[in-house]
Amino acid sequence: MTNPIKDIEKARVILITGSNTTENHPVLSSYVKRAVTRYGAKLIVADPRKIRIVRFADIWLRQNLGTDVAWINGMMHVIIREGLYDEEYVNTRTVGLEDLKKTVEKYTPEYVEKITGIPADQLTEAARMYAGAEAASILYAMGITQHISGTDNVKSLANLAMLCGNVGVEGGGVNPLRGQNNVQGACDMGGLPNVYTGYQKVDDLAANTRMAKAWGVKDLPGKPGLTATEMIQKAHEGELKALYIIGENPMVSDPDLNHAEKSLRNLEFLVVQDIFLTETAREADVVLPSVSYAEKDGTFTNTERKVQRVRKALDPPGEARQDWRIIAEISTRMGYAMEYESPEAVMEEIAELTPSYCGIHYDRLETDGIHWPCTGSDHPGTPCLHMDRFTCGLGVFHAIEYREPDELPDGEYPLFLTTGRVMYQYHTGTMTMKSDGLNELAPRCFLEISPQDASRYRLEDGDRVKVASRRGEIEVRAKISEKAVEGTVFLPFHYAAAAANRLTNAALDPTAKIPEYKVCAVRIEKG
Amino acid sequence: MDANQFIVMNGKELVFEPGETILDVARRNGIDIPTLCYLKGASPTGACRICLVEVEGARNLVASCATPAAANMVVRTESPRIREARRLNLELLLASGRHNCLVQEMDLESWADFQLKAMKGQDGGELCPAYGECRLQELAVKYQARPKGLPPTDTVYPVEDVNPFIVRDFSRCILCGRCVQACNEIQVNNAISYGYRGAQSKIVAKGDLPLVNSDCVFCGECVQACPVGALVPKADYGTGRLPLEARKVRTTCPYCGVGCQIRLHVDDGKIVRVTGVQEVGPNYGSLCVKGRFGHDFVNHPDRLKKPLIKDGDRFREATWDEALDLVARRLGEIKEQAGPDALGLFTSARITNEENYLAQKFARAVLGTNNVDHCARL
Ligand code: SF4
Ligand code: SF4
Repeated sequence: MTNPIKDIEKARVILITGSNTTENHPVLSSYVKRAVTRYGAKLIVADPRKIRIVRFADIWLRQNLGTDVAWINGMMHVIIREGLYDEEYVNTRTVGLEDLKKTVEKYTPEYVEKITGIPADQLTEAARMYAGAEAASILYAMGITQHISGTDNVKSLANLAMLCGNVGVEGGGVNPLRGQNNVQGACDMGGLPNVYTGYQKVDDLAANTRMAKAWGVKDLPGKPGLTATEMIQKAHEGELKALYIIGENPMVSDPDLNHAEKSLRNLEFLVVQDIFLTETAREADVVLPSVSYAEKDGTFTNTERKVQRVRKALDPPGEARQDWRIIAEISTRMGYAMEYESPEAVMEEIAELTPSYCGIHYDRLETDGIHWPCTGSDHPGTPCLHMDRFTCGLGVFHAIEYREPDELPDGEYPLFLTTGRVMYQYHTGTMTMKSDGLNELAPRCFLEISPQDASRYRLEDGDRVKVASRRGEIEVRAKISEKAVEGTVFLPFHYAAAAANRLTNAALDPTAKIPEYKVCAVRIEKG
Repeated sequence: MDANQFIVMNGKELVFEPGETILDVARRNGIDIPTLCYLKGASPTGACRICLVEVEGARNLVASCATPAAANMVVRTESPRIREARRLNLELLLASGRHNCLVQEMDLESWADFQLKAMKGQDGGELCPAYGECRLQELAVKYQARPKGLPPTDTVYPVEDVNPFIVRDFSRCILCGRCVQACNEIQVNNAISYGYRGAQSKIVAKGDLPLVNSDCVFCGECVQACPVGALVPKADYGTGRLPLEARKVRTTCPYCGVGCQIRLHVDDGKIVRVTGVQEVGPNYGSLCVKGRFGHDFVNHPDRLKKPLIKDGDRFREATWDEALDLVARRLGEIKEQAGPDALGLFTSARITNEENYLAQKFARAVLGTNNVDHCARL
């Protein structure tokens, strides 16, 4: 997030899109609800489902799946046409407005209505509302990124925010909500194929040599590596031969699971390090038992870039070992001695090698966390990014055209399917499905379907229904719900027994390599 | 600062900001006014009448949580009259329900003696699950409140426990309204409210239904806000375990990216309860159902306890040395034969920064490949 969570209460207008906030980030959603009910902020929700937060919204924009670039361009069209943008901000802090203007010219509300299904006057009203606010905050999540046009969607939201001078102001910002506790930290730490810690590029010669020296090795590979989805693909093709998986469960979370399954089975050697024998661990040659968050010391970095302590409360069960020790021991056995006394010692090394984490030390995290960038031991941290200028100079507008999703409904597969989560479960359920209470509240997979579609297929609530896409088929129970809009059904992806990802499309966003989980075509049939 | 913006509290001149209540000014200046119904972050209700103070010129005592500070106001926060009023109000509250902890017949002067006596005398089963962490009990001890003359009210409410997480016992509810504030003003889930009137007053969910049939999302904000034993985590109910006995460890929630600050209450090697840390963000005490009630996995019997090696198509248990040697050898061999880029590593959004750092360092410096990623996109 460019802005801290607390800032949400300072926003005058909040635009939420592609985030089922109340279910997936419940505590953050309370900030939104308080902004509306207590501080009088206006709320715009753009989402294909009538999710719970819509109850608090002034405007609900219901776009067809995968048409985000179009409605965002449409909002900008209105804002430019009516001269509602922040001219001074645009002139002093950004470049590229002319190209943007040219591109969005044809995205009139009427044209956009044809693509997105959003009524033209509603879009106009939303555009005026957003542009009229002194500070407006955009919140988004996977509903924006999990598309073949995910990168375009994100850039479009950034365009909209910059156009109205909403980046680098209190109560504003473009704020991605991270789904998992330490996604932010995993990225910051270089858990990505193209960067070291703090986003220092592996193909930047200076960074590469600095790291090699710090780590005491002759040289480091200088070419960016493969992303997770590409690794699965290469495993399928036989080029990737060994995989070491720590704490992930791609056997439920990957798109097009049937394909992922074949890929993992094709590996010569698979090591999985986890706290349970997950679907993925079952495929492994060696399983290494590690410890849960409650049994370890360390730090997580949350969605607002705040580095916070994790503290050991319990002893691990049986012989389970700390993840960091396991990695260090394998490393040492492979001839590279890794010797640390504690996670704190590792953080000292991180601080030394990472400008944005330079001032992060455990003794400073005792009572409260610190937002990076934190560039020195007396630097207070940076809750709000881009305050006086963009970190990288001027903000650049990207002129972006709408592209259709990879797969659209047709005669054979006539319905749109989108996927997501429910409040009472989490990701692949490795953790939440061990709770009888949570299972009682969200026991099994369901197909959320609109009353209209249900009557067309003669489905009653709770009926068995077969859902099939070009890639696979599952059987679930129907749940008739006003959240669903005619023509689009929804499945939660948590459940291995009826894995939504047997159906989803593995088509990737060309830049971010994120699969299009949020759109595919299915047909359903009473089971 | 405007020179007029002072109030005098216990003889001291204190600056106040427009909009602050007497209680706000007192808290900011470290002056302790006891409160019961007051909930930080929500609008004051003045329901419990414990935070009473004297304001010069006012005939009655005023509720400091609901009275705005005004220029030149002269306030006293402790006096015999105030103590007496607080004591009386506490006695009424004690008499209003099934507050059967020892506090009722207590004759002892000090909290420690009281504790010892209670621990000795009571058998776990009957003990109120809030015992030792009950705000009413604490204040009753402090103010020597003993509702001897007032007969305890008969209880008419059966305990509601038909949901997996929260037990509601209205025979202990003092109608302070903190849960209503917590649900409506802090979490804004709007699941509960005051229902009925007069002596029938009760906190209700959607026309007096069980929580499972209401809009409740089991965030447990109300449980954390309840100052007595009326709302209790189900896991704590009827165990006879005293909340006091748990060790508390502050850490970060393992679920979503909000990173709520939590306290794990640990007893006998198990997480017995989780509460939100009030003092700091991002959550200031709030949690969701997963963060508050979803920690069973930690102590689950299915946890992996030994390294496993696949033999044919079955796993067998192995020693760490054997497993680690095998991993090191196989990764080494494949690197040798097929080159470093035939290897890959998935690190995780679930593990710590330190572990992620080491994982990518291992991939790059030891395996010799940049094929390192995590499943955040998925
Ligand atoms: S658990 Fe949460 S939603 Fe349910 S009544 Fe309590 S505060 Fe409201
Ligand atoms: S308590 Fe809920 S909202 Fe807070 S971090 Fe945990 S999962 Fe997220």
